[in-house]
Amino acid sequence: MTRLLLNPWLLFAAGVLLVPQAVTNQYYFTLLNIIGIHTILVVGLNLLMGYAGQISLGHAAFFGLGAYTSGILTAAGVVNPWLALLLGLVVSGSAAFLIGIPVLKLRGYYLAMATLGFGVIIFIVLVQGHRFTGGPSGLHGIPSLSLGGFPLDTPFRLYFLVWTCVGLLLAFSANLVDSRVGRALRALHDSETAAQSLAVHTARLKLQIFVLSALYASLAGSLYAHTLNFIAPSSFDIMFSIKLVTMVVVGGMASIWGSLLGAATLTVLPEFLAFFQEFEVVIYGAILMVVMIFLPRGLVRGLMDLWERRHRLTEGGTTPG
Amino acid sequence: MLRIRNLFAYYGAVTALSGVTCRVREGEVVALIGANGAGKTTLLNAVCGLVRWQGEVTFQGRSLAGMAPEAIVGLGVSQVAEGRQLFAPMSVAENLELGAYRRYRREERGAIERDREWLLELFPKLRERQEQRAGTLSGGEQQMLAIARALMARPRLLLLDEPSLGLAPLVVESILATLGELRAQGVTILLVEQNARAALKVADRAYVMETGRIMLSGSARDLLQDRQVTRAYLGRDYKEFTEGR
Repeated sequence: MTRLLLNPWLLFAAGVLLVPQAVTNQYYFTLLNIIGIHTILVVGLNLLMGYAGQISLGHAAFFGLGAYTSGILTAAGVVNPWLALLLGLVVSGSAAFLIGIPVLKLRGYYLAMATLGFGVIIFIVLVQGHRFTGGPSGLHGIPSLSLGGFPLDTPFRLYFLVWTCVGLLLAFSANLVDSRVGRALRALHDSETAAQSLAVHTARLKLQIFVLSALYASLAGSLYAHTLNFIAPSSFDIMFSIKLVTMVVVGGMASIWGSLLGAATLTVLPEFLAFFQEFEVVIYGAILMVVMIFLPRGLVRGLMDLWERRHRLTEGGTTPG
Repeated sequence: MLRIRNLFAYYGAVTALSGVTCRVREGEVVALIGANGAGKTTLLNAVCGLVRWQGEVTFQGRSLAGMAPEAIVGLGVSQVAEGRQLFAPMSVAENLELGAYRRYRREERGAIERDREWLLELFPKLRERQEQRAGTLSGGEQQMLAIARALMARPRLLLLDEPSLGLAPLVVESILATLGELRAQGVTILLVEQNARAALKVADRAYVMETGRIMLSGSARDLLQDRQVTRAYLGRDYKEFTEGR
């Protein structure tokens, strides 16, 4: 029975359904939606970083490509938002494919630098492309999504769409990493040569996971544009890419649930810390350092280890059940 | 089955292989022996497509020139690399599963399952340790797992690089003994070894390499008696030994 109750999927579904009962303030729903969007981004990045072992410091760019494709096409009223979302996926996916071919030949720091460069380029395009993107002051008038004639125009209504997406993508990712492909990804992480010697087509696999990860980011971007109805380049800069990497690491590399926890923690934390005003950034940094020093494997694994240790102590040395 | 002709390989300015010619026939166990830096590992890596080379390498009549490593595995050539190259954080079962990576689409699960059973039969220690992380196995068990993982791909030709590395003599003996069993099952084996005596005991034929060239070849029994081989492995007369790797 406890096993059933502790099933993470049931807990997740219950959480998603129960939260609206407790929360009434629309502001909190916006925050929850942002957490959901960040989770999608972080899960995608975690597949690339945590599982395949390839870093990307340019993920905000794919997020931006999705957001701006949706934003530009729908603000002008040319295209249905859902079609725009699909086009965003096409744009980001193609960009990831074309960039990925040369860039994924690099490893480690060099890959980080190359993806960082890509992020910078997209950021500059967003700032300089006044005619389409609205430049530094941003893009206004993005309509909300609607589902079968039902407008998703409040944060509360959008909440269910965002978290359904989160749930589906979490489930898909958990399945993926547990499959034959998932094992190949982890093999790739461990040793590219050894993976090759088992007939894993490493170059193709890296490209596939990079594109998949960009698709997650693009979807998140489109949802983001329709959530806030306004986007500006500053949301898609290098600092945001780094923040995403931080969320992956804090939540736990190669941990699907860690992605959710990392995204939630680092999205909510600044809101709480706003209380400390100018010390906010300092405290934020200090918390990250403490987490990384004491829970180097991320929040999920770290907390699980702590819980197990306590369990073992209270049960007087018997192994946890 | 495997035919190598006039093979050259370079690491920058260093010549690792200079005109190697050798062959492995179907059903044979062939040993490739030689001291450090003789080019044995380079030769294996060249066959596997991990090292660029010039010359001619054919497997079952097909040229391997310019083929990607994963495509060569697809033809039925699997390597157990030096130092085993296991995926340490993954379990024994997962490592085996990865060995069959390429077969997933073509064959039904049943055949893979049968091979797993056969290998667990061959290396009973692995059965006990299936859920354990590969990194926590002992050296000998890791070597067994590496061989089993390579065999999960159902190779026609198995390339073994220094399976005796860092193992106790008894373990080496038991691992080399399984090679005989594998041959009986129809697996052709090219075995690279520094431990010449042990290798020659299980091999049918052998090549002796030195500084990128094949110096001697012949049946394993003859080489075991050969004075030159004995001398080479005692290190006499080879004071000007060059580290060509």
